[in-house]
Amino acid sequence: MIDDSRPIFLQIAELIENDIVDGALAEESQVPSTNEFAAFYRINPATAAKGVNRLVDDGILYKKRGIGMFVAAGARSRLVAQRRDDFFREYVQPMTREARKLGISTAQLTEMLHRTESTSDMTEGSVSR
Amino acid sequence: MNNPTTPAAIELRQVTKTYRDATALDNVSLRLEGNRIYGLLGRNGAGKTTLMSVLTGQGFQTSGEALVFGQHPYENDGVLSRICFIRESQRYPEDFSAQRAFKSASLFFKHWDQAFADQLVEEFQLPLKRRIKKLSRGQLSAVGVIIGLASRAEITFFDEPYLGLDAVARQIFYDRLVEDFAAHPRTIILSSHLIDEVANLLEHVVLIDRGRIILDDDAEAIRGTAVTVAGNASAVQSFAAGREVLHRESLGSLASWTVEGRMTNAERAEAAELGLELAPVSLQQLVVRKTMAATDAVLDTDSELEVLK
Repeated sequence: MIDDSRPIFLQIAELIENDIVDGALAEESQVPSTNEFAAFYRINPATAAKGVNRLVDDGILYKKRGIGMFVAAGARSRLVAQRRDDFFREYVQPMTREARKLGISTAQLTEMLHRTESTSDMTEGSVSR
Repeated sequence: MNNPTTPAAIELRQVTKTYRDATALDNVSLRLEGNRIYGLLGRNGAGKTTLMSVLTGQGFQTSGEALVFGQHPYENDGVLSRICFIRESQRYPEDFSAQRAFKSASLFFKHWDQAFADQLVEEFQLPLKRRIKKLSRGQLSAVGVIIGLASRAEITFFDEPYLGLDAVARQIFYDRLVEDFAAHPRTIILSSHLIDEVANLLEHVVLIDRGRIILDDDAEAIRGTAVTVAGNASAVQSFAAGREVLHRESLGSLASWTVEGRMTNAERAEAAELGLELAPVSLQQLVVRKTMAATDAVLDTDSELEVLK
């Protein structure tokens, strides 16, 4: 939800992006109006509009005059590509930093990654130790 | 937005207001554009109510100019009929019921929405026929909140409108305010001490201290402009070097400082390298820190003056 760390309009834009990335908002589907966002998140309507307009400027959403706001075709793959760029900085770097602090070697870290991969590969019903 | 041909909703030019020996407003200049929700923040006695009184024609400034829609509000019915001022302890005629108060308001405010008022009466569970002087503190506040919202005045001042309202009733107030503002944009000036509750509703923040404006900025511009850095005292000190420090706390070898400035990703990474925790500072915390920093500055000047004597 909304926190105090950054401008709210950025957070609103990101919440909508999350919904697009995980498929909750499909491409070409209609998104709620800025006033609905404002009421739902209990934020200033002008702030909600700024967040939505940012996504319109980025080509993630587009406006149909008199109808509302829709998710653009190709929006999801573009967002996923952007997020892959962020992934290294936001997840990999902090992880390796913490690993170094704890004396975990790169080899050990790699081994752990393989291990999580095999755990997540396990299908339901398989026995985990 | 700053089109000089259309007057601002509210403009103060070097307004000073003194009462006998006290200065309530000290050379205040302020320009507020229309159709926004403003937060008017500050401690008790900082000058908030005086500022609103001057703007609503209930008081007159000692010097300077106060303009509403480009005109002087004092004894100006053309301006005053477009303004609604809900005071912290709003008074009503002795024998009035809430119903009678709403009736009067409906005659005075030309955009009054009776259906909206009825809905709010229901939501606040307000007894309509009981005399207002017999109502509880919270019910009295509800009467003011309902008039403030249903009047749909072009400028509405809410001066601490929530006294005695419980958390549920306050949430109803905030929710209806956002919804109705979205549907019927207008200028709302909300004075409140419950800053955490209203922070996300505000588009712009004006902070007053001792009759002076110490912060006048968009809420979004303020958000994230300060951060609390916590961890090893020497690491905190080196990280904070060259930054404005609003507040310092320490415990043994640990320190927690509130510093001004937006953090870049590189700075966040640097803090992580140093093993420091960064925590966001809420608008309420920022207002408290800013006000206390301003107080310290005043005290410092005073003691310097003492030394000079």
